[in-house]
Amino acid sequence: METLKIIGAIITLIGSLFLLLGSIGLIRMPDVFTRIQAGTKASTLGTLLSLLGLGIIYFDMAGKIFLLIVFILITNPVSSHMLARAAHFIGVKKADLTVVDKLEEKGKNHETKNSAK
Amino acid sequence: MVTFFVIWVLLNSKLTPDVLLSGLVVAFIVALISCSKCDVFNDIRLSPKAMAYSITYIFVFLLELVKSNFDVALRVISPGLPINPGIVEVKTKLKSKLGRMILANSITLTPGTLTVEMQDERFFIHWIDVKSENIEEDTKLLVSKFEKYLEVIYG
Amino acid sequence: MANIILQIAGGIMLLSLVLSLYRFFSSGTLVNRVIAFDTMTIISISLIAMITHYSGRTIYIDVALIYGLLSFLGVVVVARYLEKSL
Repeated sequence: METLKIIGAIITLIGSLFLLLGSIGLIRMPDVFTRIQAGTKASTLGTLLSLLGLGIIYFDMAGKIFLLIVFILITNPVSSHMLARAAHFIGVKKADLTVVDKLEEKGKNHETKNSAK
Repeated sequence: MVTFFVIWVLLNSKLTPDVLLSGLVVAFIVALISCSKCDVFNDIRLSPKAMAYSITYIFVFLLELVKSNFDVALRVISPGLPINPGIVEVKTKLKSKLGRMILANSITLTPGTLTVEMQDERFFIHWIDVKSENIEEDTKLLVSKFEKYLEVIYG
Repeated sequence: MANIILQIAGGIMLLSLVLSLYRFFSSGTLVNRVIAFDTMTIISISLIAMITHYSGRTIYIDVALIYGLLSFLGVVVVARYLEKSL
């Protein structure tokens, strides 16, 4: 029982390290899209791992924690996709390192709204 | 309906008969009101092979998530900031709406790639480390590892 | 033993929350602030789950669930507003 608690605590510690890496990436990255990548994605795995560790420690709230994990896995890509799309739509300046932009070359039919989301 | 009921049971986290009965009634009413003509989930095939593939897909996806997370984390803490960003275009073979949505969400959830725009079968993906600018090669690198499972599940 | 490790983890989460709060105040444009806000809410969800451990009351998990729902709605509303199609 005690070893199970220690395993859960270590998983939570790894998750919090990923959260720290995510916010460091948020500060260091040069433009909006790379900031979305580093910030919201690296912290997703951090949150998943820390919730998983807490779920291992407390078995009685494992159901709710599982629900929370599934909820984060569904909503997080949708919100970051919409943010990136809005940022591209209003023409945010990209970093100088940017190699290629196929969507910009594709051009003016960007106004056709996609219907899947 | 089944989904609402499972969420109700997980929220209550206990299995007494009165909780189950009230959960059934509430899930039925909510499903009747809010979801009378939603046909999104009809695309799922319920054969045993599709079941096995979807379970495999979850594990493949989690493995890919952890691997690319370590990749992006190494890029963040290395002092030279070795990034090479750009927006590339890929094509998918999936037909159904739900399959495309799950594919786009999987691409967005793995760090390093981010779906910016979807137009029919073409995805525009922001990639933190662009390796090539060719459509076929990008498709092979980014999409096909998820697609070969999703193709069996959703068609 | 497990308690000490969990306390270190909570401290690291607080540090990363402070770092993204600095990003929130120092960045100029609206999109950057929304991204910093999104990261802050994701960190806050796991911090609220840690509060469950400290106080020993299970109700805080529900608070984290509702908090995630509200932050998702907020980010989607701001993104729609940026696209001028609200």
